[in-house]
Amino acid sequence: MNETSLWSLFINACLINNFVLVYFLGICPFLGVSGKLPTATRMGAAVTFVMLISSICAYGIQALLVAIDAPYLKLISFIAVIASTVQLVEMFIQKVSPALFRALGIFLPLITTNCAILGLALFQTNRGYGFVQCIVYALGAGAGFTLALVLIAGLREKLELAKTPDLVKGTAITLVLAGLLSLCFMGFAGLSK
Amino acid sequence: MERSEEDHVVNESPIPAVASAAATEKPRIWPMYLTLVSVGVACALVIVIVYEVTRPIIQRNKIELRKQAIFDVLPGVKKSAAFRLKKNSGRFEPTAVESEGEDLVFVGYDDQDELVGLALGAQGMGYQDTIRLLYGYSFEAQAIIGIRVLESLETPGLGDRIETDAEFLRNFEKLDVRLTANGDELANPIEFVKPGKKTAAWQIDGISGATISSQATAQMLGESAAKWIPRVRAREADFAFTEEEQ
Amino acid sequence: MAIDRKQIQTTASDEFLKGVWKQNPIFVQVLGMCPVLAVTNTAKNALAMGLATAFVLLMSNIVVSSMRNFVPKQVRIVTFILVIATFVTVVDYLIQAISLEQHKSLGAFISLIVVNCLILGRAEAFASKNTVWRSLLDGIGMGLGFCMALLCLGGVRELFGNGSLFGVPVFGEHFQPWVVMVLPAGGFFALAAWLLLFNWIGEVRSRRAKLEDVI
Repeated sequence: MNETSLWSLFINACLINNFVLVYFLGICPFLGVSGKLPTATRMGAAVTFVMLISSICAYGIQALLVAIDAPYLKLISFIAVIASTVQLVEMFIQKVSPALFRALGIFLPLITTNCAILGLALFQTNRGYGFVQCIVYALGAGAGFTLALVLIAGLREKLELAKTPDLVKGTAITLVLAGLLSLCFMGFAGLSK
Repeated sequence: MERSEEDHVVNESPIPAVASAAATEKPRIWPMYLTLVSVGVACALVIVIVYEVTRPIIQRNKIELRKQAIFDVLPGVKKSAAFRLKKNSGRFEPTAVESEGEDLVFVGYDDQDELVGLALGAQGMGYQDTIRLLYGYSFEAQAIIGIRVLESLETPGLGDRIETDAEFLRNFEKLDVRLTANGDELANPIEFVKPGKKTAAWQIDGISGATISSQATAQMLGESAAKWIPRVRAREADFAFTEEEQ
Repeated sequence: MAIDRKQIQTTASDEFLKGVWKQNPIFVQVLGMCPVLAVTNTAKNALAMGLATAFVLLMSNIVVSSMRNFVPKQVRIVTFILVIATFVTVVDYLIQAISLEQHKSLGAFISLIVVNCLILGRAEAFASKNTVWRSLLDGIGMGLGFCMALLCLGGVRELFGNGSLFGVPVFGEHFQPWVVMVLPAGGFFALAAWLLLFNWIGEVRSRRAKLEDVI
């Protein structure tokens, strides 16, 4: 059972070891969806929700696998759970807000291949977090992901009004921005003490 | 596609319509389940086979790595063994070398089966992720005589200098961990100081440019030593060489 | 594009080569990003990750292609994911058996190969629609392209960030490493730089093609 405090877990996942800017997880949606601010916020919310559910399920699955001594089934079961959760979220969003569903488009099913969610499940089982710790960690990771997405979206929106060379437009300049953001976030490193 | 089927069916009598509807509905669900289940089973089988085949190899690798680490931190050691602390009796009892757990210590013997020292584990949060290390404790010198980082994901070239920086490693050639007169705790708790400011044998000089990583190392070492050294020193007799160990 | 370079019958070597250059997974398709940036802080890690991913890609392409006529459309994505997850688990244990040290360096990112958009993308776009032989070639080609790209990134980052290549010091004692290159930020910058290079080469080529048209 890991001894880290809940607050430091949250800050760690959100800022110090931000999933996108430090661990490089969730880059595909990060590059793809971050063009517009509202889409980015909603994507962040959807991902946070899926993270929360997956985190809880992963905790349960890990306990089960330890009980039946089948550690090698971990990856397959995690990915199956994540795929199902995303499917459920998709159907839910489709019913509740078709406009949002259309706005997110292909990126909604792509949450399944979002490394951030699987990464979350793997990290929490590797570090042996307890149940409450898992939930807090998931919330922190989701918050961090949303934060990174929102920041980049805001920057990209502003960038559209600036003069950028053709060669750099699109992915290349987003990556440079991401790099600079990542450097900024390094400033949070001392927070953990 | 469905509309044209319906149009076509309307021209004929209703009974074949029902029959054809039933015929097109059922097979659709059955192959889905069949495929998923058979693929699932085949996958599970492949995984289990590979797991069983590689398990002895991996186990051997783990033991090799652990033995190597013990030899690294306890120079002159020829044999090693593992002991587990029994909570209720407070005694240390022998256990398998590849065991896992927080309450394990490793013992090194020379070729005369004499006790050389103990290899103890420490872990804590570094800059990037958890650092795990093994350190060697010599009963005779009452000092830590070596460390070996087992796991670290610190930044290459920066944080990982805790493994490579010669100045830093020199701290651990004879790190004083003497106990107080009654043997209850460390006489001088391990202290982290800025690079170049080391004045006493129980202090650890940091690495400039890798402050967080080196400080974390010092801290986890301090915590582990404060917890374990008094305990193992009190029960030194438990670690005498017995024939069961390898 | 004035000249349509696509032929109706692509040869076997075309299948293989397209993965390496024209449709390089990282620099052209921009797929499979996550592991790219995380494990390329040294050339050795980059190579190990590249080989592991290439292995999974190849095996899953072969299996998916063999199964393509038996899997109902509705469940194909789930089936693909199951197959990929299996091979990732296999490669995880293989790496542990070969070198525990390397396994520790790569850590959780080996398991993350399963969500590499590249592998699922190839399974969906190619292997499920082509013969086993062509899928095999596609797998090798894309895998090779992926490896190469990872090596480019890892090599550059290690070279400038640590002054070494595969652990062998390249520059002299007085080289001041650009630490930023081995930090996450450096990963972003290095990838951006390579993308720029590829974009530029593509631009130059298409400009030349247009000129040839005119002449």
